[in-house]
Amino acid sequence: MRLAPVAAERLVVAVLWIMAAITVGVLFFIIAFILAHGLPHVSWGFLTQSPGKMGREGGIFPMIVATALVAGIAVILAAPIGVATAIYLTEYTREGRLTAAIRFGAGCLAGIPSILYGLFGFVFFAITLGLGLCVLSGALALALMVLPTIIRTSEEAIRAVPPAYREVSYGLGSTRWQMVTRVVLRSALPGIVTGIVLSLARCIEETAVVMLTAGSAMRLACSPFDSCRPLSLHFYILSREGISMEKAYATAAVLVIVILVINFFAYWLVHRFIGKAGRHV
Amino acid sequence: MKQDKIIRVILMTVACTAILGLVVIAVFIFKEGMPIIVRLGGREFFLSADWDPKAGRFGIRSMILGSLMVTGGAMVIGVTFSLGLAVVLTEFSPPLLTRILKPVIELLAGIPSVVYGFVGVVTLVPLIQNHLGGPGLSVLAASIVLGIMVLPTVTSISVDALHAVPRAYREGSIALGATRWQTVHMVLFKAARSGIVAAVILGMGRAIGETMAVIMVSGNTLAAPRGLLEPVRTLTANIALEMGYASGDHRQALFATGVTLFAFIMILNTIALTVSRRQGQGVRAT
Repeated sequence: MRLAPVAAERLVVAVLWIMAAITVGVLFFIIAFILAHGLPHVSWGFLTQSPGKMGREGGIFPMIVATALVAGIAVILAAPIGVATAIYLTEYTREGRLTAAIRFGAGCLAGIPSILYGLFGFVFFAITLGLGLCVLSGALALALMVLPTIIRTSEEAIRAVPPAYREVSYGLGSTRWQMVTRVVLRSALPGIVTGIVLSLARCIEETAVVMLTAGSAMRLACSPFDSCRPLSLHFYILSREGISMEKAYATAAVLVIVILVINFFAYWLVHRFIGKAGRHV
Repeated sequence: MKQDKIIRVILMTVACTAILGLVVIAVFIFKEGMPIIVRLGGREFFLSADWDPKAGRFGIRSMILGSLMVTGGAMVIGVTFSLGLAVVLTEFSPPLLTRILKPVIELLAGIPSVVYGFVGVVTLVPLIQNHLGGPGLSVLAASIVLGIMVLPTVTSISVDALHAVPRAYREGSIALGATRWQTVHMVLFKAARSGIVAAVILGMGRAIGETMAVIMVSGNTLAAPRGLLEPVRTLTANIALEMGYASGDHRQALFATGVTLFAFIMILNTIALTVSRRQGQGVRAT
C-alpha cells in the first residue's frame, strides 16, 4: 500500500522531529550527566591541591597546570605558523602547484587520527630528538595536530576581508606588508582568534596524543622537559583503572566546563565581531 | 621591492611546514612500521588473526575487522540521525530554533572523547548487558558511542550542504505540487549529495580514527567478534593499549598497525577531497 503524499509527509516529519529530539536529547544528557555527578565533588580544594594515593585523594592542581602548559605551548607554536601560512596562501601568491601542495598537506594533516600524532610524537620528538616523554613532546605533537585548523580558519577570515580594503590601503601608498599587517590582519582578527581558541579547546580535550607523548607523572611540571599528566589523561586513568569514580566524575566536570566555556567564547567572538558572514567551524 | 621579496620567501618557507609535517609523519610511521610487515609478509600480518606479541606472532585481521565493523555501525547510527536532524534544522524547524540549535550542536563537538567513552561505560554498557545480554562492552556499544560522537560534525556539514542548495530548487519543486518531504528527498538530497557524501566520509574518518572512547566501551578482546554483542578490539585501541610497554618487534608491529590505519585514512581523505572539489566546481557552475 502506498501512502498518499500528504499522509507520508506527516509521518516522515513526525519521525524526523522525533529523531532530532532524540539526538539533541542525548547530547544534552551527556553534559547534564557529567555535571550532575561531578559538580558536587568539585571544590576549591579539589582545584588547588595535589592528588594523593594515585589520585584517590586530594585534587587535580598539577593536572590543570599540565593541561595549561601542554595546550598553551602547542597553540603558541602552531598559531604563528598557521597564520603565516594563511597569509602566504591568500596575499602573497597565486594559486599554483605549491599552494595546491600546501592545501593538500593541510587537508591530510586534518584527517590524520590523533593516535597517529601520538605515535609520531613518541618516535620523533620523544625518541629521535631525545626530548623524552614530556610537556614539550606533547605540545609539539599537538601543535602539528591543530595546525590545519588554524590555517583553514585564518584563511577563511582573511578571505572574508573585502578587496576594497586592500585597494584603499594600496591607494594610500602602503606596501604589501603594511597592508597585510595594518589592514587585513586587523579586520580578520576575530576570525583568526576564533580558530586559535577552538584549537586550544581541541588540545585540552585530546587524550590519545598526550598519552603517548607527555608521560604520566602526577607531580607538578616545572619545566617543558618534565613528564606530566594533563586533565584528560588523568580522567582516563582514574576511570579506566577504577581508582576513584568520585574524582573521575569531578575531573570530567572540570574538563567539560572548561571546554564549553572556551567553545562558547569562540562562538561569541564569531557572532560579536563577524556577524552572519562568519561561518562557525 | 626587496623587503616584499624577503617577506614572501619567509612566509613561503613557513607555509611549507604543513607539507613538511605530513611528510615527516608519514616517513617516521612507515619507517618504524614497514620493516615488520615486509619481514612477516603482508599476508601474515594483515590476514592472520593471531596476535600474540610474547610468541612473536603479529596478525591484525581481527583488529581490521573490528575497526570496520565499529565504523560501519557508527555510520549507520550517526548518519541516520545526523541527516534527520539536518533536514529538520534546515527545512522544518522554525528559524529561531535552528538559530539556537545549530551552534549548540557545534558546541557539543568539543566534548572530550574520553567523556563520551566514560558516559558510555557507565550508562550504555550496563543497559546493553542487562537487556540484550553479553558482556555489554561490545561492537554495539562502540558503534552507538561513536555514532553519537560523529553527530555534531556530520550534522553541521550536512546543514551547510542543504543550505547551499539554491532557493529556486525548493520553490520549483513546491510549485510543481510536491510536498515538502518530496522536495527534501527528491530534490534537496540530490542537489546536496556531494556535500552530504563529504560529511559522511569525514565522519567515517573520525570514527575509524577515534581511540579513547572506543577503548573504554569496546572490551578490547583479541578474538574477532562474531556478533554485535561481542567485545572487539580496533586498530586504534590496539596501538593505545599496548604502546606503553611494547619494545622491539612488538613496538614495530604496533607502528605497522599505525601504517594500516594511515592507509585507511589516506584512502578516505582522497575520496573526500575529490568529492568536495567536484562540489566546488558544481557550485561555481550554477
